[in-house]
Amino acid sequence: MISLSVNGEARKLEVDPATPLLWVLRDTLGLTGTKYSCGIAVCGSCTVHVDGTPVRACVTPLSAVANKSITTIEGLSKDSSHPVQRAWLALDVPQCGYCQSGQIMTAVALLAKNPKPTDADIDQAMSGVLCRCGTYSRIRRAIKQAAELQSKGGAT
Amino acid sequence: MNDLTAPECINESRRHFLKIGAVAGGGLLIGFHLPLASRAGEAEAAASEFVPNAWIRIDTDDSVTLRVASSEMGQGVYTAIPMLLAEELECDWARIKVEMAPADKAYTNPLIGQQLTGGSTAVRAFWTPLRQAGATGRDLLIRAAAQTWKVKEDECRAENGVVVHKTSQRKARYGELAALAATLPVPSEVFLKEPGEFKLIGKSTPRLDTPRKVNGSAVFGMDVKLPGLLTAVVARCPVFGGKPRKFDATKAKSIAGVRQVLAIQSGIAVVADNFWAAKQGRDALVLEWDEGANAKQNSTGIRKQLEDALKKKTVSARHEGDTAKAFKAAAKRIEAVYEVPYLAHACMEPMNCTALVKPDSCELWVPTQGQTGAQLVASKITGLPPEKVKVNTTFLGGGFGRRGEQDFVAEAVELAKATSAPVKLIWTREDDMQHDYYRPATLNRLSAALDKQGLPIAWQHEIAGASIFARVFPNSIKDGIDRTSVEGAANLPYAIPNLQVTWSMDNGAVPVGFWRSVGSTQNAYVTECFLDELAAAAGKDPYAFRRTLLAKHPRHLGVLELAAQKAGWGNSLPSGRARGIAVAESFGSYCAQVADVSVERGQVRVQRVVCAIDCGMVVNPDTIVAQMESGIVYGLTAALKGEITIQDGRVVQSNFHDYPLLRLDEMPEIEVHIVKSSEHPGGVGEPGTPPIAPAVANAVFAATGKPVRRLPIRV
Repeated sequence: MISLSVNGEARKLEVDPATPLLWVLRDTLGLTGTKYSCGIAVCGSCTVHVDGTPVRACVTPLSAVANKSITTIEGLSKDSSHPVQRAWLALDVPQCGYCQSGQIMTAVALLAKNPKPTDADIDQAMSGVLCRCGTYSRIRRAIKQAAELQSKGGAT
Repeated sequence: MNDLTAPECINESRRHFLKIGAVAGGGLLIGFHLPLASRAGEAEAAASEFVPNAWIRIDTDDSVTLRVASSEMGQGVYTAIPMLLAEELECDWARIKVEMAPADKAYTNPLIGQQLTGGSTAVRAFWTPLRQAGATGRDLLIRAAAQTWKVKEDECRAENGVVVHKTSQRKARYGELAALAATLPVPSEVFLKEPGEFKLIGKSTPRLDTPRKVNGSAVFGMDVKLPGLLTAVVARCPVFGGKPRKFDATKAKSIAGVRQVLAIQSGIAVVADNFWAAKQGRDALVLEWDEGANAKQNSTGIRKQLEDALKKKTVSARHEGDTAKAFKAAAKRIEAVYEVPYLAHACMEPMNCTALVKPDSCELWVPTQGQTGAQLVASKITGLPPEKVKVNTTFLGGGFGRRGEQDFVAEAVELAKATSAPVKLIWTREDDMQHDYYRPATLNRLSAALDKQGLPIAWQHEIAGASIFARVFPNSIKDGIDRTSVEGAANLPYAIPNLQVTWSMDNGAVPVGFWRSVGSTQNAYVTECFLDELAAAAGKDPYAFRRTLLAKHPRHLGVLELAAQKAGWGNSLPSGRARGIAVAESFGSYCAQVADVSVERGQVRVQRVVCAIDCGMVVNPDTIVAQMESGIVYGLTAALKGEITIQDGRVVQSNFHDYPLLRLDEMPEIEVHIVKSSEHPGGVGEPGTPPIAPAVANAVFAATGKPVRRLPIRV
């Protein structure tokens, strides 16, 4: 039995503790917003927050997050009102959309730590999250817009 | 804006394909059989006729449901197709509902002849018929209002889901009029708006799928949930064409959650309660493969085969003038060999399909570009007629041509049939990378002759590679030519009086398929780079050289000049920077790009790309900008990084660590300029890709003085 909090809800899970968090979220808890793409922590599509820090859920065993607090894309806001989501909407960032949960969760973590990121900061934080559709220019712009929104008190 | 006398009148033969019908409870349905799916006799539509596969549904509560028959894989059809319908229907855009169409002949893509999203055709194919369907709806609703109010139709106009009587200002909502409209005969003629009257088309419109793509609720194939759903992972022979010789499933079956281990056509499947159990089960299989005839294949051998093919098996794709004579008269002769590697599609969402097979029906939930193909392959495996196969198209986590294939659908249907349970088949990233239908590797021999003025008088381009059509549409190979293999080469636009393009088909063991922009992806690179070699040999500026040779191609010239002007072609660059240009026509659109690059310590960095696109009339401008950005990034990954190699009959690369994609920190600044045009719409999903590799390679040539004759670029 492993206890953890997922999007603010306490969970007790009878799952093999070696199971990657990604598959616990998707298959056990039905939270399919977090995506599988590479399975080896090189693409970032599965990024979630563990106690506020972005981690690659595809290589994080459930045992490593016992008693920790997980936030997934579904838990970011109830109504897509997080400044990052609002900026993503305003700039129509996604194309196919598959990598976007990972992009958004990584961007949220960046802005939480660094409310006014420079281009170099954005490069460093975001370059490990791959997008095959080429939404990178919009991601960069949206992060800057989200930073603006956040500074105006839009943080959730 | 309410004028219905616009001159684009639908001709008699087309209007007959429209059908209208009533929804139980008093709504209106508008659908049609497209010409390819119809016979003259069945076309006369009657009032109240059941329209099972409509494009438009108007309910009494005023809700308007628009159907999209093209797959949304990022290119924006989920918004663009409803825009076509809504523009003419004059419904309230803010209140429409959109749903994916099922597989049905009524949704046949008229440019392809089946329900398939590919070839950048969605808007091009449905541009007229869907506006016609919308206009028919508007016309019926106006007539219903006129009848109700006992006034003339031309005294009424439709706007935002309401019909208004112009003089009395009486109003009726579409939902109130739908029941009566459904009883009226299909109009004998409908008029389409003139472009100047468009309210939606041509205006940047927020994508309808974005809200679901920022909160995790968009359902991709991977995300399908069904009661009792099992998950399957398949072990396939790593060598192309190999088969299992024997396997031991004892260990696999001992893993908690593993239900069954089954031999299917493509390999050994482990079916389990969830993905992780299935994957662990697969890892625990003890497998012995019969690797078959291809076990000794490798990339060097494949290249040698292409060299041999160039020597012997040539057919002509285009021949003008007398190249042999021109070469004899040449002041200068230039020769080069160009080559490109195999490429994987690498959609971010690995291949997957969910299937449920019952004795009398089959249902699929699948991120597919090919609904008709999915239906047919499921029909073949289950023995059910195609119409008993229901296809639910989910969002696609990338397509790029890969999802027009049916290999993953076949596996899922086989497994669902064998287990009598709903099964979600999931490919791992490694499966996806190593069992793709790759962009063909090609070898190209080029020679050209220049006259004393430095103008080209002869061009010879010999291409060798594998044919995609040979596998998927063998009947479409005409006179030995797979047109997709020579597109972008045989249609060379430059004024060169003596010209020959030949093709040598060599279908090896490596399966090949449609990869974003298909033949144009490699042929634009080869021809546009070789053209820069000619310009260099002639001592001319590559942009000026192209302009001279494109005098009779105004649309090529238009984008070329626009891109050059916006990029500041001819202005001096900061030190360490160089600039390249390329232009290509593909999928009915014209695209030119100028790339600024720096080459430092063996690294090519693309700093800026200026893109000019002429795709005819524009539906959603912001989507076109996004698609150009997208095509450029896809092509940049190929130009700078992409290479699939073969060793011992298998793909060497397995995941993004050894098949890397362009990253955010490598993203150039991209500027997109759209040419204002009144031409029929062209494609936008693919035309951004062909010019980028040659624009970058030509910039590298300018920087280093060495032509780039092989991709990916290595300096």
